[in-house]
Amino acid sequence: MRRPGNRLTTLVLGAAVLCGAALAGPALAKDTVVIYTAIESEQITEYKKAYEKALPNLEVKMLRFSTGDISARFMAEKDNMQADVIWGVAATNTLIFKNAGLLEAYAPKGLERVQPLFRDKANPPSWVGIDIYMSAFCVNTEVAKKKNLPTPASWGDLTKPVYKGHLVMPNPHSSGTGYLSVASILQRMGETEGWKYLDALHQNMAEYTKSGSKPCKDAAAGERAIGVSFEYVALEMKKKGSPIEMVLPKEGSGYDMEANALTKKGAKNPAAKAFLDWAISNEAMALYAKYFAAVGVAGFPVPEGLPKDISKVVYPNDFDWSAKNRDRILAEWQKRYAK
Amino acid sequence: MAVLRADRAIPDSVVRHRLDGETALRYLLIGLFGLFLYLFVLYPMAKVLWRSLLDNDGAFVGLANYVRYFSTPAIAASITNSLYVSVVAMVVTVFLAFLYAYALTRTLMPWRGVFRVVAMLPIFAPSLVQGIAFVYIFGNNGIWTRLTDINIGVYGAKGIIMAEVFYCFPHAMLILIAALTATDARLYDAASALGASRLKTFRTVTLPGVKYGLMSACFVVFTLVITDFGAPKVIGGKFSVMATEIYNQVVGQQNFTMGATVSVVLLIPALVAFVVDRLIQRRQYALVSSSAKPLEPRKNPLAEWSLFAYCFLIAASIAAVYLVILVVSLVERWPYRLAFTLKHYAFDTVGGYTPLLNSVYVSALTAVGGTAIVFIGAYLVEKWRTRASAPLYALSLLPVSIPGMVLGLAYIFTFNVPGSLLNRLYGTLAILVISNLIHYFTVPFLTATTSLRQMDAEFENVGSSMGVPFYKTFWRVTVPIALPSIIAISMYFFLNAMVTLSAVVFLVAPGTELAAVAVLLMDDAGDTAQAAAMSVLIIATGLMVRFAYGGLMRGVTRRTQAWTATATDQVALMGTGSLK
Repeated sequence: MRRPGNRLTTLVLGAAVLCGAALAGPALAKDTVVIYTAIESEQITEYKKAYEKALPNLEVKMLRFSTGDISARFMAEKDNMQADVIWGVAATNTLIFKNAGLLEAYAPKGLERVQPLFRDKANPPSWVGIDIYMSAFCVNTEVAKKKNLPTPASWGDLTKPVYKGHLVMPNPHSSGTGYLSVASILQRMGETEGWKYLDALHQNMAEYTKSGSKPCKDAAAGERAIGVSFEYVALEMKKKGSPIEMVLPKEGSGYDMEANALTKKGAKNPAAKAFLDWAISNEAMALYAKYFAAVGVAGFPVPEGLPKDISKVVYPNDFDWSAKNRDRILAEWQKRYAK
Repeated sequence: MAVLRADRAIPDSVVRHRLDGETALRYLLIGLFGLFLYLFVLYPMAKVLWRSLLDNDGAFVGLANYVRYFSTPAIAASITNSLYVSVVAMVVTVFLAFLYAYALTRTLMPWRGVFRVVAMLPIFAPSLVQGIAFVYIFGNNGIWTRLTDINIGVYGAKGIIMAEVFYCFPHAMLILIAALTATDARLYDAASALGASRLKTFRTVTLPGVKYGLMSACFVVFTLVITDFGAPKVIGGKFSVMATEIYNQVVGQQNFTMGATVSVVLLIPALVAFVVDRLIQRRQYALVSSSAKPLEPRKNPLAEWSLFAYCFLIAASIAAVYLVILVVSLVERWPYRLAFTLKHYAFDTVGGYTPLLNSVYVSALTAVGGTAIVFIGAYLVEKWRTRASAPLYALSLLPVSIPGMVLGLAYIFTFNVPGSLLNRLYGTLAILVISNLIHYFTVPFLTATTSLRQMDAEFENVGSSMGVPFYKTFWRVTVPIALPSIIAISMYFFLNAMVTLSAVVFLVAPGTELAAVAVLLMDDAGDTAQAAAMSVLIIATGLMVRFAYGGLMRGVTRRTQAWTATATDQVALMGTGSLK
């Protein structure tokens, strides 16, 4: 007669061994680096292949959220820092980290190639920019035609009553794209006029999304007619087969820079520096240049569909102002527009 | 002579020694179980409460946060919003599910088995899947909207309610099926003998009979809706509810203080629902006496066919929701490029199949670990009546009333503490397993205590009088007899751990991503087709596991349960088990 107890013993022991083996598994010899990033997921996938090849000895643990979310998390963890490296988080936010004393100045290898605009003025710099992204409208031409919506050409157009309920834009709390658009409007129009404009814009807004790319993806799916987003997603959605037209507003797009930095925790980790060195290498810059018109090192070809000289289409950004006033602007925005 | 004396002396001292050892072991086990519940239930909850009384810099501010919460009209609106969608979804769900359950239990209509299986589908999907499906169907560019040119305006309360009704339907249905099955045919015989009309019988016999079941279903649905954040996140648009408010405060703004404050407020309706539900359940047990006669449904073609049409409609809608998810995950770019593709299944933006594998792994560990802890814990509480039994029992019931997000937040406060030993757990898969285990602790615990209570105490008495240590009796007698409940418990843990989002969304870290969280992130980023694809795989995994368990259960029941017919009923009672 078989005793069920014995089979059970085997089963439980087997499970225990399996668990033990699995838990012990990740103990390996690679150098670990924890990276916080806000780079678009599709791009990370592309970059990942490259850095895994270039830095085979690195075990990368990456956490990706929208700019505001990843920044808030990094700030909240300041007493128990988890990240070694900040990779591709808006320069505005990186500046805030610097002012809070969370970063370690570091000059990555090859820094001399980086254009002056793309780096912290201090030497060694606390942050280094890798590319510029700017606000752009995604217009779904099919939906616009069906609803009889004219294609907007400017920020000013968006407040026209005809667009009521057809617009989406990112929430500036969570999204870097959202914040750079709001900050640019306030810098350009001055605060009094700027808030008046945003009040009017709010009247037309169907929803504020968490991520900066979602408004464009919603437009691409035909769920909304017009999404305020950034240029890369617009091109990408068009390429993937959606009837999307990209509009760069004629008053000038807001812009920010994706920037890298070494954290206080990462200062003690050589692997963090190795990653930051790679992240401004020519190989990395060539990859960024596949998606962005302007990257840290000059001389890379501009992607199809983007303006050759972006200084003509963007409204200049005062990064210090954007960083210093971020908390105040977001609080005001929250007071006015949060549901 | 000397040998004989020694012989006599040894057994006595050995037995006494062993008994002392056994007692020590018992107290050790009880102590460990108590420590476990303290560390992972009581202490974290105390942390949340305490945190809601502090400001962001850690200074004590009394009730200031609550004052601020209730006086910010925008944020306070989330309370009324939450109550509104929860009440409406509750009424609609319970009404629809009652009719459905009635048709399944009280008529002889065809396809009852099929209808029951189809209605269980939502159990296998994370709550945001329904939301995603409704955007695809009723969204501004959805299938329905394109076909009919009628835009029902799905973003907002309407969409949330629709998604929640689908999400909660099987939970309500299972409770009502159980309530409708537990009836006494003699009452109906009496009613017809007294010449009561059908309507009158329904009003005076059927409804009072399922009163408690209806109330229980109401509370379960209400709690599920008010604590869910998946559906409002996906389809809520500008409409904010308390659960999304916690998410935004914590993940978006890292405002833990406000997150804790909203959490405590959210805890109140869930706790009230729990207490009332417990009171009701206590009364329900006496409803059906041992001499009751099971009700045999009678033929009634007209009622049968109208209810058949109704059930068909509901089942078809549920099936359609998941069909839509499957289809959009397989086409290039809905609705512009409808070519077949598998590219959405590459998941390259969330690290490929790692989140799915992590989920399976975490669910398996939750199933194994959870079952062991729940069953041993229930054994300690039930079989050794000590002074610790009552508090341990109460602590084991507490988790069911803790909303997942509150639990997740509590774990951040407990485990993200630099320098503390507990910090070792932060950011590991282990903390995900533990949070799942606690989140879903109560239902399995009740199942285990019920099944242990049915077991005669004689087993233990005979064992100990024969000098067999308790752990041998436990291993050789208790466990094999309770095997069906043990299997049902582990399945419950596995399936829930696979789809849960609310607690783990705060706890995932680089390297410990989970599938349901990946669905949320992909939807947040606007990659809806990929989110649908991941949902398909989560559902498929759940279904496969469910069928594997079904097979295992049949095998085990045949071998170990020849003496009882009720074993498989326990699976059905656990909610996830009715796919037969």
